[in-house]
Amino acid sequence: MSTHQTSFVRASMIEASPAPALETGIALWLRKNLFATPKDTVMTIISLLILAWLVPPAIQWLFIDAAWTGGGRGVCATLAQGGSQPEGWSGACWAFVNAKLGQFIFGRYPLDERWRPALVGILFVLFLVPMLIPKIPYKGLNAVLLLVVLPIIATILLPGGWLGLTYVETPLWGGLMVTLALSFVGIAVSLPLGILLALGRRSNMPVIKMLCTVFIEMVRGVPLITVLFMASVMLPLFLPQGVTFDKFLRALIGVSLFASAYMAEVVRGGLQAIPKGQYEGADSLGLSFWQKMNLIILPQALKLVIPGIVNTFIGLFKDTSLVSIIGMFDLLGIVRLNFTDTNWASAVTPLTGLIFAGFIFWLFCFGMSRYSGFMERVLDRSQR
Amino acid sequence: MAIGVTNAPEKSKSSGSIINDPQVRGIFYQAITIVILAVLVYWIVDNTVENLRRANIASGYGFLNSRAGFDVGQSLIAFTSDSSYGRALVVGFVNTLLVAITGIVTATIIGFLVGIGRLSHNWIIAKLSLAYVEVFRNIPPLLVIFFWYSGVLAILPQARDALALPLDVYVSNRGVAFPRPIFGDGAQYTLFAIIIAVVASFAFARYARQRQEATGQRLPVLWTVLGLLIGLPLITFLATGAPLTFDVPIAGKFNLTGGSVVGPEFMSLFLALSFYTAAFIAEIVRAGIRGISKGQTEAAHALGIRPRLTTRLVVVPQAMRIIIPPLTSQYLNLTKNSSLAVAVGYADLVAVGGTILNQTGQSIEVVSIWLIVYLTLSLATSLFMNWYNARMALVER
Repeated sequence: MSTHQTSFVRASMIEASPAPALETGIALWLRKNLFATPKDTVMTIISLLILAWLVPPAIQWLFIDAAWTGGGRGVCATLAQGGSQPEGWSGACWAFVNAKLGQFIFGRYPLDERWRPALVGILFVLFLVPMLIPKIPYKGLNAVLLLVVLPIIATILLPGGWLGLTYVETPLWGGLMVTLALSFVGIAVSLPLGILLALGRRSNMPVIKMLCTVFIEMVRGVPLITVLFMASVMLPLFLPQGVTFDKFLRALIGVSLFASAYMAEVVRGGLQAIPKGQYEGADSLGLSFWQKMNLIILPQALKLVIPGIVNTFIGLFKDTSLVSIIGMFDLLGIVRLNFTDTNWASAVTPLTGLIFAGFIFWLFCFGMSRYSGFMERVLDRSQR
Repeated sequence: MAIGVTNAPEKSKSSGSIINDPQVRGIFYQAITIVILAVLVYWIVDNTVENLRRANIASGYGFLNSRAGFDVGQSLIAFTSDSSYGRALVVGFVNTLLVAITGIVTATIIGFLVGIGRLSHNWIIAKLSLAYVEVFRNIPPLLVIFFWYSGVLAILPQARDALALPLDVYVSNRGVAFPRPIFGDGAQYTLFAIIIAVVASFAFARYARQRQEATGQRLPVLWTVLGLLIGLPLITFLATGAPLTFDVPIAGKFNLTGGSVVGPEFMSLFLALSFYTAAFIAEIVRAGIRGISKGQTEAAHALGIRPRLTTRLVVVPQAMRIIIPPLTSQYLNLTKNSSLAVAVGYADLVAVGGTILNQTGQSIEVVSIWLIVYLTLSLATSLFMNWYNARMALVER
């Protein structure tokens, strides 16, 4: 072996040859993600066929064939149905949504007074947006504005009846405004109430513990509809003769109590996840019960269960649509109410209206879940 | 003062004033709570009695025996308007169970498919599953019900030109009509054969497992069970002279006659609940499978276990431990959401109860029946959950 001589050593590296065409760029991506195995190929082709079968007709129906403008049912009905569209036509009736948009947002709130809910809405956005962006300072002041000042302004402005404002009774309220008001109050009430219930359920005092447990399990065990029925049918029975509750207020109470029971279970999960050492550490520092909870336990516990809390919020937001069953006109209720408008009744009106309402609900819920994901990442980073 | 008692720690609790004793305080707070609660309950009961007396409503459950006077659209058990309120509630309860059970089965199937689809390596399958979950999770179930009810099913063709599907199934805006099986004499023997086959299958599977554990030899369980389950009933069925005919729906001039019809109320509720709950089940399934660490799969592969067996023997049993508890609570949610039936007029427990409540004014009694039924369902579910958790909990050394 020692006789072996190296006669040639390459001084420079060989130019790397390009990767095979199938191993780079889009071809690689396609092969890896869509056609990796025969089974994958079959699945991909089936999915593409389903998409090709569903998507173009949907786009056609929603946008291309849709009736965008018009003042009555004529633009959304075929000739045989008394309209102007050709026979066999079917498309979304956006003209209906366009004409009824004001109602979908404000319900049957008087036209001249609509600036009041609009103003409350603008203030809500003004106070909420800085609250949601972590970098903006003065969170305490902001919270006071959002949770104290805004409700006061809203209770003055929305019903009116004083300060020279005409009185607008709650049965006239409706649309997105009611949905948002119910959810806002529900969220603002259910979180603190849920925390109290969760603390109560973990309390050492048997009476408190039992009461909280019974309340939570009772409410969680029944559908929201029955709670709303109870609020609308049984509450008047429980009150003395002559004392009446506003229907809107009854729905508010029902929704808030319902959500707080679910919130309590979420918070309890967080409380259980905090190690015992944290409780004992707080005790050994001589903190009182409320100091211990406010300064040590709750900040950690709530941070842990943010996804659960937001899921409960989303559930609450979706559940507000149920008040349409007890005769209130939230977004879904007012959209359905307008199906019966003879000026707009046609075969495609219900579908269009429901798609519109669904899209609005979807936007809010999707936004909330995205924001919760963002918040989780922010808080996670600050912990490191 | 604290220094003074360091030598006698057992006395430290009663140190200082009695106001600072946590135990005394606890009793004090609880006593106050009980007093407030008692006053509130007394006030409510007093008002209720007064209000009931004023409205001339007799309390008690006697009304359950009186004539209902309304009809129920769809019912599995015999019901006429002459039946009693009690029977109407039973019909409602059966309808609730019907839509809940069919919904649970469908939602589970869709949910598992979509959940597994979200973990697929196939990009388009994963994205389609994601889109499904994000769309249906973020829309109120009530809206989905109306979508099916007044958006889709209402604009289907009239009954007289119903869409004809294979196997004599007709779809129209009156619902789905399908052939109704009519069992003749001797059909009960087939039923007995099915029961015997199921029992025998379980016994055989048990025997095969014991044998495998004892000797390591495997018996062809799958084929034997399939043979038992299909063969035995089939032979009995043919031996008794095939006692089965179908009542086929026939398209008449204005309506379909014959067959069984499932109304649009049930269809829209069933479809909406299945699709809605499936989105949540999909997320649970995904989380369950993701919760099994990759090391488990790799270890199984290292032991030479084939991929399919790895999934069946290593991944799925562990994933199910994570999946089952939230899955049961989704089932319970679906059952509770079935009360949305009242919005489309499907006669479930809440809808029937609401009608009775409006007719008789017995609100306390009706609401209490709702509470008892739904609470029993949820308590039964949580009992099952506890039993399952105890059975499946990790047995650690």
